[in-house]
Amino acid sequence: MKRKALLGKKVGMTRLVDKTGEVIPVTIVELGPCYVTQVKTDASDGYNAIQIGFGPATRLNSPEKGHLRNLPMLRHLREVATEDSCSYTVGQVLDVTVFSEGELVDVIGTSKGKGFAGGVKRHHFRGGPKTHGQSDRERAVGSIGSTSTPGRVWKGLRGPGHMGSERVTTLNLTVARVDAERNLIAIRGALPGPAGGLVMVRNAVKVA
Amino acid sequence: MTDKLSGWNPELNTDVAEIRPGDTVRVHLRIVEGNRERIQVIQGVVMRLRGSGVDATFTVRRIAAHGIGVERTFMLLSPRIERIEIVRRADVRRAQLYFLRKYRGKAARLREDRSAFERSRQ
Repeated sequence: MKRKALLGKKVGMTRLVDKTGEVIPVTIVELGPCYVTQVKTDASDGYNAIQIGFGPATRLNSPEKGHLRNLPMLRHLREVATEDSCSYTVGQVLDVTVFSEGELVDVIGTSKGKGFAGGVKRHHFRGGPKTHGQSDRERAVGSIGSTSTPGRVWKGLRGPGHMGSERVTTLNLTVARVDAERNLIAIRGALPGPAGGLVMVRNAVKVA
Repeated sequence: MTDKLSGWNPELNTDVAEIRPGDTVRVHLRIVEGNRERIQVIQGVVMRLRGSGVDATFTVRRIAAHGIGVERTFMLLSPRIERIEIVRRADVRRAQLYFLRKYRGKAARLREDRSAFERSRQ
């Protein structure tokens, strides 16, 4: 499968208004320019992929410096599996213009961290009754198992725990506008992660 | 960061009337019915203004038939608004006139801001 992908930084949300007054909610992403930092082919690595890099880095360690020989200091590197990796060359610059208005894309980001969250917030548990003599039951998880058989809690049982800060992919979003001059792209709808967070935008992979 | 969020609606007309809470306004609204377009006028009191830039909205409260209060919120820069006409300016001391909901009839009147009227005549 041929894929194209770019790394970028989420800027925030605003709206686009067309001439008829129709409003489109969009998220602005500062997308690229990205550099091709490595080309992997069947012959060299057993599979086809390119590695792309984005963003200025202030400090790199020696192995990173060696890897990015003759390239600018890049902060983020990601691999994109694509059939046509041999059509890319190391050092090639990719910018927002690889995407066009109306195209469907997937956006991959890291969701906002919610810390240690209870069952109601994390798994949409219903909690307990608020009235009829209840105390401490309003957001309780309820029963977590039976008694001496099995005498323990089943593995994998949903409960409170750390929530957020995980990789999230939002599928099939529409590109609303591309601003090549400012390296910005407006994508319809919300994207995972905080403003300023790293996101990867790729062409949609699950289009019917 | 913020300037990257601006400049996305260059064709939007930002030259709109400077309305304030308490103003009695006539909002000339473009309404598309099939392929016909007509103008509907909504007259009422500006109850609040909120937001800035493309997000700015204002709410107009009018008294419809049988004394029923009807509030309608518009985008300030909406292309669907032909123009906003200020009929009267009132002397109000708060930014959100939610108290109007509690009053009806004569009690719901606002004192006119004479000074604004004089100033506009000069």
